[in-house]
Amino acid sequence: MQARVSIQTADFDLGEEIQALRLGDKRVGAVCTFVGTVRDSNDGLSVSTLELEHYPGMTEKAIEAMIDEACQRFELFGVRVVHRVGVLHPLDQVVLVAVTSAHRGVSFQACEFLMDYLKTQAPFWKKEQTPEGARWVDARVSDDAALAKWGIEARNAV
Amino acid sequence: MSQARQITVRYFASIREAVGLGQEQLTTTALTGGDVREVLIARGGAYADSLARQRAVRVALNQVMANEADALPEGAELAFFPPVTGG
Repeated sequence: MQARVSIQTADFDLGEEIQALRLGDKRVGAVCTFVGTVRDSNDGLSVSTLELEHYPGMTEKAIEAMIDEACQRFELFGVRVVHRVGVLHPLDQVVLVAVTSAHRGVSFQACEFLMDYLKTQAPFWKKEQTPEGARWVDARVSDDAALAKWGIEARNAV
Repeated sequence: MSQARQITVRYFASIREAVGLGQEQLTTTALTGGDVREVLIARGGAYADSLARQRAVRVALNQVMANEADALPEGAELAFFPPVTGG
């Protein structure tokens, strides 16, 4: 069976990931994916590179726990999370969340749940290069609010 | 007086940059992550600044998100980092 979580510097192929997740599973009626990519601007400044740091060991464990939680809440057949680290550039893919289920509603919800969770509870940090120099990206209160709607208190940004 | 214990303290992102190292061994009588934070703040300099009480600092204990009031087990791996910004 394919690993559920990969933290890697390498890029990923959405088609290959979906194919591997669906492989031979005739129960699947819905595949929902989210791909986050690097923007060329943030908080009013242009961004030339984005560097991602993580906490090896904890990051994988935190995402595994999120997937377990998602599987408790939603009837899922497969879940796959890929998150890149290292130096990335605008247009690059950063993160993939993919889920399979019988029906679309559950897959949409589980995909959003996992992204909301990941944003505030997985140990990753972004540093961006701007014309005014390098800066660490600030956490957003709106991301905490996004997780709160699932009944989970985040308290990341505060 | 509680007995001194050996723990590993790890730093990430802006805090790691500020203090200039990723991890260190600490022998301490501190009972919680919050106690350790006070010990580090008392060093002054970059530690006092990056771990200052007015800053948002998250804590992980043995690689799980934790509260500063949680008790430190023997040989604990305690991490300090700013709010996370992945995704």
